[in-house]
Amino acid sequence: MSAHDSHPTGLSRWLFTTNHKDIGTLYLWFSFTMFLVGGAMAMIIRAELWQPGLQLVEPHFFNQMTTVHALVMVFGAVMPAFTGLANWQLPLMIGAPDMALPRLNNWSFWLLPFAATLLVLSLFMPGGGPAAGWTLYPPLTVQGGMGMDFTILAVHILGMSSILGSINIIATILNMRAPGMTLMKMPLFVWTWLITAFLLLASIPVLAGAVTMLLTDRHFGTHFFDAAGGGDPVMFQHIFWFFGHPEVYILVLPAFGVFSQIIPTFARKPLFGYTSMVFATATIAFLSFIVWAHHMYTVGMPMAGELFFMYSTMLIAVPTGVKIFNWMATMWRGSMTFETPMLYAIAGVFLFAVGGVTGLMLSITPADFQYHDTYFVVAHFHYTIFAGSVLALMGAAYYWIPKWTGHMYNETLGKTHFWLTMIGFNLTFFPQHFLGLAGMPRRIPDYALQFTEFNQWSSVGAFILGAAQLLWLYILIKTVKGGEKATDKVWEGAEGLEWTVPSPAPYHTFSTPPQVR
Amino acid sequence: MSAAKGSYYLPEPSPWPVITSVGVFVLALGFILFMNSISAGSWLMIGGAAIIVILSAKWFGQVIGESEAGTFNDQVDMSFRMGMGWFIFSEVMFFAAFFGALFYVRQLAVPWLAENELLWPGYEGGWPTAGPKGAEVIAADSQPGPNQFSPMGAWGIPALNTLILLTSGFTVTMAHWGLKKDNRGQLVVWLFLTIALGITFLAFQAYEYSHAYTQMGLTLGTGVYGATFFMLTGFHGFHVTMGTIMLIVIWLRSIKGHFTPKHHFGFEGVAWYWHFVDVVWLGLFVFVYWLV
Repeated sequence: MSAHDSHPTGLSRWLFTTNHKDIGTLYLWFSFTMFLVGGAMAMIIRAELWQPGLQLVEPHFFNQMTTVHALVMVFGAVMPAFTGLANWQLPLMIGAPDMALPRLNNWSFWLLPFAATLLVLSLFMPGGGPAAGWTLYPPLTVQGGMGMDFTILAVHILGMSSILGSINIIATILNMRAPGMTLMKMPLFVWTWLITAFLLLASIPVLAGAVTMLLTDRHFGTHFFDAAGGGDPVMFQHIFWFFGHPEVYILVLPAFGVFSQIIPTFARKPLFGYTSMVFATATIAFLSFIVWAHHMYTVGMPMAGELFFMYSTMLIAVPTGVKIFNWMATMWRGSMTFETPMLYAIAGVFLFAVGGVTGLMLSITPADFQYHDTYFVVAHFHYTIFAGSVLALMGAAYYWIPKWTGHMYNETLGKTHFWLTMIGFNLTFFPQHFLGLAGMPRRIPDYALQFTEFNQWSSVGAFILGAAQLLWLYILIKTVKGGEKATDKVWEGAEGLEWTVPSPAPYHTFSTPPQVR
Repeated sequence: MSAAKGSYYLPEPSPWPVITSVGVFVLALGFILFMNSISAGSWLMIGGAAIIVILSAKWFGQVIGESEAGTFNDQVDMSFRMGMGWFIFSEVMFFAAFFGALFYVRQLAVPWLAENELLWPGYEGGWPTAGPKGAEVIAADSQPGPNQFSPMGAWGIPALNTLILLTSGFTVTMAHWGLKKDNRGQLVVWLFLTIALGITFLAFQAYEYSHAYTQMGLTLGTGVYGATFFMLTGFHGFHVTMGTIMLIVIWLRSIKGHFTPKHHFGFEGVAWYWHFVDVVWLGLFVFVYWLV
């Protein structure tokens, strides 16, 4: 290969690049942009919910905001952010010169901005964007205007991007490891991504099938989801959630990988129970395919189905518990320090466990009849997706940015960002548990008077949380531009191949594979 | 798995992927407008498809050139193999969604509709069905009147098509055998036969579709039977079309003297894809045509 650091400059560098670090950077900035776009929509939602009654936006627009906020955050922010981390880190962590299929890698990324454009364009179509919730249930989604078609095609292209990216990640991990880097020596972030990529390949095509059926029901006269033609709207829910449940693990397994990198570094101890972590991850992935209908207990399934999905869902608590206890055991009697990444990792584990416990509550079928479609569910999945995935992403950014840029971030600012995020997040979502238990439905722009106080707390929290992310943007830009010079190892307790290359990592690394013992 | 020493081929920056993405965007936008009867749509679709076709030719052309120049070592070859294998896995899952829909309506949705005496009293369910408000099903091979349809039988064209695809699996293996023995004539002839069988399959399917629409009252809109029938067989037919194009490409490459007995991932990738299409067809033949 051409082992030189020369590459095109300016725009063509980023458009044509086949370099995993460049593509990782593109993914990360794209996802950050989407994070702000989706965040702005959340601000609109919380502003409207400041008071009962309708004040700021039309109900139909409110519904579009909840729908597109979710789609943007799931497909535009969290998934591409983890793929960005994978691009940057996987080759560095397994001692590979680059991703296995570099041109495909570029394509996986450059599909995303076009898909996001379609998704955002949907909001400006006659009749508005999708307003039926991110789950896109028919019959509502068979009815709406052409904004729905924009959404469906956007989902198709986002899915293409994920499939191609996953193929590349699997080929990289299985085929590009340095000599001596056996599977059971791989860092856990690599393991979790291997399993996540498998989940993506198994589930995203099913989503593509589901939205294709929506599209043909809309425009080509099929009756998949129309009982008059022998179809069934509930069938969409089954197909969607066959994708949707693996999807939530797609969002969180790489986060588990990040926690498993950060915690040993700052506890200055090897990860406790490495093998059990690998098997727990695989078990969660397997279970994720047989629990989908716990999202639809109230739809009128036969009793045997309700029971099967209840028990299989509860089983997930076992491997997840293994992970939580392993992280705790890793910290036990470690020489702990609390730099910003570690704060994020500890908070992530702790708050994700809160989401896990509410998940266990939701898994109980008879109880779910009360919780279903209330703010309790909203609180639950934000404790998993925000506290699990997004806090892990923030921690990962602070953890690896010295390697990416060669600069240390400002520790005081990082900790300020952390505490503002903590206060904002918990203030936003903790009261939503109470709202939900008291019966406030989700996806509603107006509410009964007695819910006002908790909603106001929640809105105040959301505005703090939103503002804190502008501070994050400032910290990121500041660290890219300059700062204290980072050492190669960066963290005293850091272990792994990525810490053996200089900071910032050169354009090409491991052109000659390292020997791993 | 072990990495070769510093010889993994890393391509130079490439303009093809981002331009292909533009093509995908234009095609998608055109399709949306087309579905909503906006006239610019079909022109955009043609433009987007043209971009994708031209760029695929450029991109694949470059990779083929690199391959023939001996740029790819065994490790790169393995990356390609894994890439194709997992791509086919994702295709299997795409078909699984539609097979899942078929099983769900046949085993659950339609029986529930028939059991429920409040929604549509008198609806009897069964399979094939176009649902309580759809056309009435009559015996296969009888002439449908207005608002009636006859289901597609298994033992005419579909059985013949099964034979054709299974035979094409055999012919492509014969071609592979010829390639491994370095017998160019055997490779080219058996590949040609495979392509001919693929095209015959498609021609029969086109006839079957036109017969269904004009003589049997069976269309995409014929309730959930028509929807599952045409979507499953239609997506399969689309994949056969793609597979046939891929076969034509490797046939032309074979004529030009590409591939060696040791180095021919391009051939094998297409052959895998062709076998995948074959296996999906067997599922279709059993569950869509036969077991009704």
